Amino acid sequence: MPHLEIVSLSSRYGSEEVLKEVSLAADQGEVLSVIGPSGSGKSTLLRVLIGLTPPSGGEVFIAGERVDYSSRRSLKGLRGKMSIVFQEYNLFQNMTVMRNVTVAPIKIKKRPREQVERQAEALLAKVGMAHKQDAYPEELSGGQQQRVAIARALATNPEILLFDEVTAALDPERVNEVLETIRGLTNEGITMIIVSHEMAFVREVSTRVAMMDEGRLVECGPPAQIFDAPRQSRTREFVSSILRH
Amino acid sequence: MLDTVMQQAPAFFNPHNLVFILQAMGRTLGMTIVGCTTGFVLGMAIAVLRGSRSVLLLPLRLVAIGYVEVFRRIPFLVILFIVLFVIEPLLPGTSLLGIATISVCLLSTAFLSEIIRAGLESVPGRQIDGAHALNFNALQTLVMVTLPQSWKVILPPAAAFVVMFVKDTSLASQLGVIELTFAGKMLVNRGFSPLLGFGAILVCYFILSYPLSRAAARLEKRLAAS
Repeated sequence: MPHLEIVSLSSRYGSEEVLKEVSLAADQGEVLSVIGPSGSGKSTLLRVLIGLTPPSGGEVFIAGERVDYSSRRSLKGLRGKMSIVFQEYNLFQNMTVMRNVTVAPIKIKKRPREQVERQAEALLAKVGMAHKQDAYPEELSGGQQQRVAIARALATNPEILLFDEVTAALDPERVNEVLETIRGLTNEGITMIIVSHEMAFVREVSTRVAMMDEGRLVECGPPAQIFDAPRQSRTREFVSSILRH
Repeated sequence: MLDTVMQQAPAFFNPHNLVFILQAMGRTLGMTIVGCTTGFVLGMAIAVLRGSRSVLLLPLRLVAIGYVEVFRRIPFLVILFIVLFVIEPLLPGTSLLGIATISVCLLSTAFLSEIIRAGLESVPGRQIDGAHALNFNALQTLVMVTLPQSWKVILPPAAAFVVMFVKDTSLASQLGVIELTFAGKMLVNRGFSPLLGFGAILVCYFILSYPLSRAAARLEKRLAAS
């Protein structure tokens, strides 16, 4: 049974359907990357998965259990198992790095403060941000903020981690530090869905790659298939245009 | 004119008059504090209600929008008379000060709710997304994320509103509430020079509003620095 199963998932913004019957599955610990041109529905897919944008159709299962996006209880359960790292980091500007990482485990999950702070220190050390735990987000560079955001997402002990174009808002020289951090997480058994334009990185870390266009899933397969021998002409066209640049 | 002032000063500053002015000052301050505190609490509730997307709360939201839009557009003096004519038959025996205080609350709630709403809306949606993705409920998002980030936008205009309100309570004198302005008028009617009577009232208004203005300016500076 797949760890995460997406069946015919659709979503609309007003009258426009931005996600059209997307079906995907990821096994436990798998790294599934989603590629495609801007506006192809990749970020919407992640927003729908974590319940920030309501689906207009389809179903999502986690370890065989159906997620009911209209139920607060089901959403709460879902977000206890799934975390997201946003493109713009979305760190709470009124909280220090340490508080950003610990606020959800302490206030929402009601775990003991001491234990959470110890875990947060370890996580911040892991992403190379231990020395900045008392800083506020605005005092950090984009890459540093994104690494704190990754630590914050990990602090809730997620089974599934979503990355939404996490390097898109960064200076080119900051991209590697974030990719390095994600690379270090790929062998920890967390199921990851990565939306990215960093093709070399996607090719290296993914177990499978899904190509999306105009809200639809075009093709899904191992990186070698998608990058070297795509079966669909749209995938070929996209990959070759990206690799040319 | 100054001769008259000098001549009347000893009689004017007798303990009886000073107590009378202090009591009036207390009423002005009381109306401002009760009005603005109530306005802040109810204004916050309305601002949060207006930001809610719940379908169940839609009727309440419409009532809140109607209330705010109407009361922000009516002159305070008209509100005072409306409240007077509505309250008098419903709750006979309500004091004029009570009626003026209710009017102050109605007006300040409408204005402060808009100031608070603007503050809450100044927080980027990304912050709210971050909170929801971490399983914060609406109240936790408000208390831990939205409010702390919106004080910067809320406090300067809210403080300016309170300072302005100290002065606006003078309209309650039209109902016969013995607040500062009415007290000045009474003292002048007793034969004291207008320069002396209203001069003393001017000083009282300054004593009330200047520390508030300074505190607001200091707060604004501190928030801007943070």
